[in-house]
Amino acid sequence: MSLVTTTAAVWRDVRRPQRLIERSAMVYRHNWIIILSGLFEPMLFLLSIRVGLSELVGDVDISGRSVAYDEFVAPGLLAAAAMNGAIFDSTMNIFHKWKASKLYDALLTTPLTAADVAVGEIGWAVLRGMLYAVAFLVTMAALGMVESAWIMMAVPVAALIGYTFASLGMAATTYMRSWADFEYVPAATLPLFLFSATFYPVSAYGDWSWVVNLSPLYHGVELVRAANLGVWNASLLAHAAVLVVLGVSGTTVAARRIEKLLLS
Amino acid sequence: MHEGVIAAKGLVKRFGDLVAVGGVDFTVTPGEAFGFLGPNGAGKTSTMRMIGCVSPPTAGDLHLFGLDPRRDGRDIRARLGVVPQMDQLDNELTVAENLLIYARYFDIDRSEARARAADLLEFVQLRERSDSKVEPLSGGQKRRVSIARSLINDPDVLILDEPTTGLDPQARHVLWDRLYQLKEQGRTLVLTTHYMDEAEQLCDRLVVMDGGHIVAEGSPQSLITTYATREVLELRFGRGRNADHVADAAAVGERVEELPDRLLVYTADGEGSLATLRNRNIVPDSALVRRSSLEDVFLRLTGRTLVD
Repeated sequence: MSLVTTTAAVWRDVRRPQRLIERSAMVYRHNWIIILSGLFEPMLFLLSIRVGLSELVGDVDISGRSVAYDEFVAPGLLAAAAMNGAIFDSTMNIFHKWKASKLYDALLTTPLTAADVAVGEIGWAVLRGMLYAVAFLVTMAALGMVESAWIMMAVPVAALIGYTFASLGMAATTYMRSWADFEYVPAATLPLFLFSATFYPVSAYGDWSWVVNLSPLYHGVELVRAANLGVWNASLLAHAAVLVVLGVSGTTVAARRIEKLLLS
Repeated sequence: MHEGVIAAKGLVKRFGDLVAVGGVDFTVTPGEAFGFLGPNGAGKTSTMRMIGCVSPPTAGDLHLFGLDPRRDGRDIRARLGVVPQMDQLDNELTVAENLLIYARYFDIDRSEARARAADLLEFVQLRERSDSKVEPLSGGQKRRVSIARSLINDPDVLILDEPTTGLDPQARHVLWDRLYQLKEQGRTLVLTTHYMDEAEQLCDRLVVMDGGHIVAEGSPQSLITTYATREVLELRFGRGRNADHVADAAAVGERVEELPDRLLVYTADGEGSLATLRNRNIVPDSALVRRSSLEDVFLRLTGRTLVD
């Protein structure tokens, strides 16, 4: 009996972060249109490349294969969209809930803990990112940019990218002092967007290509690209591992900071 | 082993060099309305945060329901209702949704949550505002939503930090009425206030805090009896002239407090003392006789008024 009650208690505690996701779902029931707005930017990018740029650039050599430029770029844009969605949700939105509406102060008076808050909020950002990834994939398929059925794997990969960046974004947000500090966010994400082998292969950097490894987004781009081409090899595990380690570190820092700052 | 719903012994809270709570002892018994009275900065909120398990004690012993907040914070919080000083309502949700999602934080299932939310909004007389957003509500209404929300988990102890600060007199009376009703239902209330009338209205027992310490403890009436006289005669002689009449005032009462704008004469019979003064040809600009209050107790204990 005690094992049953213990298991039930553990299960209840494990599921607690889910309450934050329920809350977000409740909030966005009122303004679901805001969710859709996040789709426009990557879709427009995709369309513009499909319409003109692809013809101009021609084919790209990758993994010993020649693929059309739009098929090369689309996975990069998907990865970037997952990053941007997660970053937006975990920086401005979380800062507002933290400082302006004091939501987390109220939550911490209930059985929820700092870790529940961090995991729950990051979880919501991941779900939102996955929604965008699915919409993006549908568009890619409609525009004939899909190379392999393995592209379905881009959904869990987008979830992983979302997790990594939502964690890092939330951790960074706990160090923000005012809205002015958010000026630094695009200063960090724009270079990642441009230089993570998003628009051209990493070989273009020549001797400096190792630097690209420092970009977390690059590891995500490689994973989505592999999914689109249906080419799987061991190096992908390393890319995934980098994202997992960064994500777990970010979540840990975020939870500790909430604990330190709000439970003082 | 631990008596009372809440028991504190030598409880200390320090923030760096600042001592917010400097070692306090108190016990709250079931069904009691227990108050912390004191000015801003007395350590009331720090004490309440420790009780609410959102601030770890620096030193000392604290138990709620026989549990230790350092170890069992989550289980304790499941049995508490908290009304914070600033309403921390969820501005992105409606009034009813605020209660529903709060119920979910306590693992209450959805249909039960809906039933409880409806009952509680009825209790705080806000049922017709269920679908309103929180933002357009008045201060008093928001505080009532906070109280309804804090009751969603049917808490054993309700913690209220300055429940009526910033509200207009009418809203305060509505709130007091609701809190009184909760008290009659036998719910344990723990509240802080810097209003003596609030403490007198609601508290069975209270401690007076100043500078992080408890300076007196008892029922409102016993504190008044111990530290003040039955009545207080307030005398105003005009700017700068109050000080000249301290000795005259002292001659007709048990004790005199000199405030910037008036003299307070502590006496069993205010009218009698005033008549004696007038017989001696000492005529103040204005005079007022009132019953003594916790404000006088506080003044006696600390030499300062509660609300500056």
